[in-house]
Amino acid sequence: MRLRKKTVIMDAQGLSWTIKRMAHEIIEKNKGIKDLIVIGIQTRGVWLGRRLVREMKKITKKDVPMGILDITLYRDDVDSIAHQPMVKETRLPFDITGRKVLLIDDVLYTGRTIRAAMDELIDFGRPRLIRLAVLIDRGLRELPIQADFIGKVFLTTRKQAISVELRETDGRDQVLLKEIK
Amino acid sequence: MKLKHNNLLGLEDLDKEEISLILDTARPFKELFTRSVKKVPTLRGKTVVLLFYEPSTRTRASFELASKRLSADTLNITVSSSSVVKGERLIDTGKTIEAMKADFVVIRHPMAGAPHLLSRTIAASIINAGDGAHEHPTQGLLDMFTIKEKKGRIKGLKVGIVGDILHSRVARSNIWGLKKMGAEVCLIGPSTLMPQKVEQMGVKVYYHLNHIIDRLDVINILRIQRERQKENLFPSLREYNEIFGVNLDRIKKAKKDLLIMHPGPMNRGIEIASSVAEDARSVINEQVTNGIAVRMAVLYLLAGGGEVSGEITD
Repeated sequence: MRLRKKTVIMDAQGLSWTIKRMAHEIIEKNKGIKDLIVIGIQTRGVWLGRRLVREMKKITKKDVPMGILDITLYRDDVDSIAHQPMVKETRLPFDITGRKVLLIDDVLYTGRTIRAAMDELIDFGRPRLIRLAVLIDRGLRELPIQADFIGKVFLTTRKQAISVELRETDGRDQVLLKEIK
Repeated sequence: MKLKHNNLLGLEDLDKEEISLILDTARPFKELFTRSVKKVPTLRGKTVVLLFYEPSTRTRASFELASKRLSADTLNITVSSSSVVKGERLIDTGKTIEAMKADFVVIRHPMAGAPHLLSRTIAASIINAGDGAHEHPTQGLLDMFTIKEKKGRIKGLKVGIVGDILHSRVARSNIWGLKKMGAEVCLIGPSTLMPQKVEQMGVKVYYHLNHIIDRLDVINILRIQRERQKENLFPSLREYNEIFGVNLDRIKKAKKDLLIMHPGPMNRGIEIASSVAEDARSVINEQVTNGIAVRMAVLYLLAGGGEVSGEITD
């Protein structure tokens, strides 16, 4: 797979404003942060989750508990891909039963990651509800899954790729659109 | 990252990167055991055949649990060793298993090379669970996982393996693995139970435990099989215990953070004193837990192998 043209569709300032806005929306829709827990999907969902938690603390002065979910073992394509993805850590240091879970991922695409994440969460307990927040919704769903909080809708084709770069993992904040040759 | 082979036949065949990949993959699997649901759907619909030509409790239980925690189905085939006469039998058994559409075959066999023969016969992934005195790769991997977990590294450590090196597949897998990962390996045992020219594997040999115990970071104590005494390979269990037995007096001379390991089952009072097995520095029970995580990692990594299906990240 070769990538040619790259376009910035969200810069550092845009990303920062987007996260602030999403934090406000989440608090408004949830009527505060009671019973709320944030769970980031490895890897960039975790960093986005941490930023959301920080923004929500600025607004409410309270900490929202944060967990980490690795969905690798719940994927539906284990024997159809050549390279087994690296299994990473899942850490949910609280009981999710009865809580309002906010799942965070960077890009919503086919919806298969979110299907896997929900299956995994349900093995941990019975949350009161699960909502989904994503930075970019790029369309092209293969499953009936939608996000509740969206940073930016950017409809793409299958020949394009969206790559979210974050300070913590990539050295800088930006979202790129790439054309696959 | 990917393993270069479809089978796990021995640690001699793996390179450092592959060993590191298995050890790193095992870590998140261990975390699964702390959940209330200890099972993930990863290998749903796959079949793991456990083909044991030798008695085994813990290795078979460990593989069975590892398979079940990945949602694979398991089939136990236990063959008494008396019925093993010719190699053809194994090939026939292999063909039968293949006809049953197994995805993995975990095999233990009294003859070295049996898993290799099977791997050339059938398409399923073969995992060696011990072949004669040759190799027991998952034991070697779980020992290294335990060392890395407790010491934070393997490279540069001085690891002693004490006991019947000659007949031990655990020793051989440990030597291959540890050398590749950069550890210094010391073998300790009676000369009659030491393979000839073993120094060529890049190890140091000692014939008395007192000569090296104070310098070891890790001691891996092998089970001494009583049958060997009847073969006149050592005079008496009492004498063995005097020279090679790991007891409290010897442990007092060792480093304060010596890691004490034993692949089990233990002969308490012979190769290891009960007080040593119960010592705070002993990780014998943890080795059992780690064994399941390591075997899950091996099954997971061997399960892939199809074509790349476009975008992996979602």
